Amino acid sequence: MIGRVHSMESMGLVDGPGVRAVVFLQGCPLRCLYCHNPDTQGAGGTETDSAQLVDRLLRFRSYFDRSGGGVTFSGGEPLAQPDFLLDCLRRLKAAGVHTCLDTSGVGRGDYSQILAHTDLVLYDVKHPCPEGYRAITGRTMDATLDFVEAVRRSGVPMWVRHVVVPGLTDGPDHMARLRDYVATLPRVERVELLPFHKLGAHKYEKLGRPDPLAYTPPMEAALCNQLQQTWFSQWNTRFHAKKGDAV
Amino acid sequence: MIMQEQAWEGFRGDQWRRAIDVRDFIQTNYTPYLGDDSFLAGPTPRTLTVWKQCEALLLQELKKGILDVETHIVSGIDNFAPGYIDRDNEVIVGLQTDAPLKRIVNLYGGTRMAESALEQYGYSLDPEIKSHFSQYRKTHNEGVFDAYPARTRAARHAGLLTGLPDAYGRGRIIGDYRRVALYGIDRLVEEKKKDLDRLDGPMDEARIRLREEVAEQIRALGEMKRMAARYGVDLSRPAQTAQQAVQAVYMAYLAGIKENNGAATSLGRTATFLDIYIQRDLDRGLLTEEGAQELIDQFIIKLRLVRHLRTPEYNELFGGDPTWVTESIGGMTIGGRPLVTKTCFRYLHTLTNLGSAPEPNLTILWSEHLPQPFKTYCAKMSIRTDSIQYENDDAMRPVYGDDYAISCCVSAMAVGKQMQFFGARCNIAKCLLYAINGGVDERTGETIVPGIRPILDEVLDYESVRDNYEKVLAYAAELYADTVNIIHYMHDKYAYEASQMALHDTQVERLTAFGIAGLSVAADSLSAIRYARVKPVRNEKGVAVDFVTEGEFPKYGNDDDRADGEAVFVVRTFSRELKKHPLYRGAKHTLSALTITSNVMYGKKTGSTPDGRKLGEPLAPGANPMHGRDVNGALASLNSVAKIPYRDVCQDGVSNTFSIVPEALGRDEEQREANLVAILDGYFCQGAHHLNVNVMHRETLMDAMDHPEKYPSLTIRVSGYAVNFSRLSREQQEEVIKRTFHATV
Repeated sequence: MIGRVHSMESMGLVDGPGVRAVVFLQGCPLRCLYCHNPDTQGAGGTETDSAQLVDRLLRFRSYFDRSGGGVTFSGGEPLAQPDFLLDCLRRLKAAGVHTCLDTSGVGRGDYSQILAHTDLVLYDVKHPCPEGYRAITGRTMDATLDFVEAVRRSGVPMWVRHVVVPGLTDGPDHMARLRDYVATLPRVERVELLPFHKLGAHKYEKLGRPDPLAYTPPMEAALCNQLQQTWFSQWNTRFHAKKGDAV
Repeated sequence: MIMQEQAWEGFRGDQWRRAIDVRDFIQTNYTPYLGDDSFLAGPTPRTLTVWKQCEALLLQELKKGILDVETHIVSGIDNFAPGYIDRDNEVIVGLQTDAPLKRIVNLYGGTRMAESALEQYGYSLDPEIKSHFSQYRKTHNEGVFDAYPARTRAARHAGLLTGLPDAYGRGRIIGDYRRVALYGIDRLVEEKKKDLDRLDGPMDEARIRLREEVAEQIRALGEMKRMAARYGVDLSRPAQTAQQAVQAVYMAYLAGIKENNGAATSLGRTATFLDIYIQRDLDRGLLTEEGAQELIDQFIIKLRLVRHLRTPEYNELFGGDPTWVTESIGGMTIGGRPLVTKTCFRYLHTLTNLGSAPEPNLTILWSEHLPQPFKTYCAKMSIRTDSIQYENDDAMRPVYGDDYAISCCVSAMAVGKQMQFFGARCNIAKCLLYAINGGVDERTGETIVPGIRPILDEVLDYESVRDNYEKVLAYAAELYADTVNIIHYMHDKYAYEASQMALHDTQVERLTAFGIAGLSVAADSLSAIRYARVKPVRNEKGVAVDFVTEGEFPKYGNDDDRADGEAVFVVRTFSRELKKHPLYRGAKHTLSALTITSNVMYGKKTGSTPDGRKLGEPLAPGANPMHGRDVNGALASLNSVAKIPYRDVCQDGVSNTFSIVPEALGRDEEQREANLVAILDGYFCQGAHHLNVNVMHRETLMDAMDHPEKYPSLTIRVSGYAVNFSRLSREQQEEVIKRTFHATV
């Protein structure tokens, strides 16, 4: 089956557990203010055969197997190409590879089939409230809530990810609302706050599009870490306890 | 005899007592350590006092280039008065000359080189030595040039063969310095005398030469003993304590670096050997953990001070004043037990106690089966210090056994059983241009390879280029083998390393290590010719001086078999061709893809290539893909390099340098360590050979380029060794920064 692939990063170490290959699928229905991969939003990408793609991914097995890693589908929005995604996931699961879906939960297709072949969802919470969600993405929350329900039914565990933008999503009120919202989500194993960075700024320039957050400074990583510890340690205890032991 | 009994008290085993057999001693007496780093101790006040003084000297040296040179005495095992840093606080003593960081003039390799080195730093040789030496003594360099044929001179001049050890010490020889600690020199002399007696029979050239060498070895052992005695150290008998064992190993090594100035003078595999002595003293209550660490810290301090006098030309090839005091740590026994001991940890812990440093060149012999806590500790120290390289024990052990060590960057040899004739490298990117241009050099217009028909097509045809390339590689291999044979004949004759060879078996196995530069450029160029359209741009003489490449082509470094297959074809062909030519003293052919920093200089001498690289631009280092061309991330790049065959082909090493920013390696320290371990396991289980690991920001390096004073000890790994970044030339620094940093976040 043919799908449109933006690019492949064979060594992703921050998108799910262990050493992972990350496939960025082309196309996304959202236009998030802080998107750092605007080049993956629209049409384009390289037409790629799923069988060939999976063959290439399987060459990194020696790294996956030793680290509890695997393959992460990201984008763009992987759920925007549900058939291609499902075909890739099926093939990878048939080969015994751990799969992650890095998604904002806005897509098409039969989520139950996709989730049946997904080991972990990296769920990108854009905003906990409808108004805020719309301000950031330009869409209502309905679509992503459908996906959340599908995940709930599937029983697939979830890591919540949230981009912290200075002045936009870094305040204490926002954090409190986010925490309350995360508490309603199914099987959350971890919450990762991702600091907003400016590495995507040049891509807007290249695309000839205005960067919506051109005047927003990057989020300080240390500060972001602190927020994560203050507000979300209850989900990350396993992780912190281990770190404490090592010290 | 009584002294010997006392020294060996508590040791098990019998074989090693009867014959010189350090491996057997280790295997029967070492204590594997499967735990973590929590037992380690900090530096003692004595260590800190000594190291502080060294740091001040090192900073001065960094500013001046070199601190001092002894110009009134030439190199030799026992030619220098004892020297100290801080006598009261030194637990391990001995310096190359009478003062720390004061360099030795070695004239045996070549007087002109030594004089030019002195000149660049504003020194001049004692006139009496100068006149007498050149009057009465012929050098290695003179011998080589007496024998070189015109074809070698032409190839050297064109930059087809470069970095040849024909004007400086060949190095790469590792004495089994442990023998001095275990047996004492008197026993070693006794054994060598027996060997000499046995070396009787028809006096052919080989036997006469070996007899003379063994006699020189015996003499060198005597000098070693006298040199140590001037420090109050008695090497005649076996070491009785851990302190004596460390001291003896160091003295034996020190003799080698007083006598020789080889490019790489590596230490061997000493940690687990010394652990046996340390463990015995700990068990007897003679030593504490602090004391054990102090011995190792102070030993390492001495190794950090090793220096040789180098010429500007040499620094251009091997930037950063490296000495390659390589110590190989870890690995497994052939029976499957880890050779990891607490002293392996103690060696790495010097990077914490004394701070990071390029020397000694700490090399982990990596096996999938190493204890997990040791793997994690190595990863932790790599991430913190960028001072460690990794080599695949699971690939080398079947070839070299379980008591081999790495010399220089990647060259394995069984300690005390094998030695290496270092052969520098051949520019195989240039060979490809010769294939296109009918053997004519693209820069000088001279014919370097005769009998090759130039390719005159408008668009290059892959099959014709490949045919010609095989012919050029065949010619280059023969020329290269002949050249290296001459070099080592003369080196044995005029600059024989008696003290180091004395610590080898008399019947030593010899390896001749050939090398290649420009692997990725050759592979990508062949791929461009095969999968895209490459049109040569010819000058008025018809020589292709540039190329116009239309269309896409697969590039080495993306785990694409089409491009990677071209790289494999090149190394297999060159290795096969080399093996057609018999070598001096029956040596065995090996080959490496390793450039150190010479890829910059090789690039300068190489015209534009079909892959899009322009005249004068650096080649990629070692077996690395060209920077910026590996676009599918680090694992794809590692997988490509892992395809370069080690065993029987590149059996002297396949060097790869991997740089990553910390954030891309994982979100926190624990995750970064775990991920690095997984990457190493995943890479090496494919049969890959070597990996340098740098975890740092490109911005740090850029800042260090402009403000070296802020980063006096910034260490980075480059193609098989570690260097102090501030000691590289601007050009070399820029090249390092250009290299692919894996930075996806």
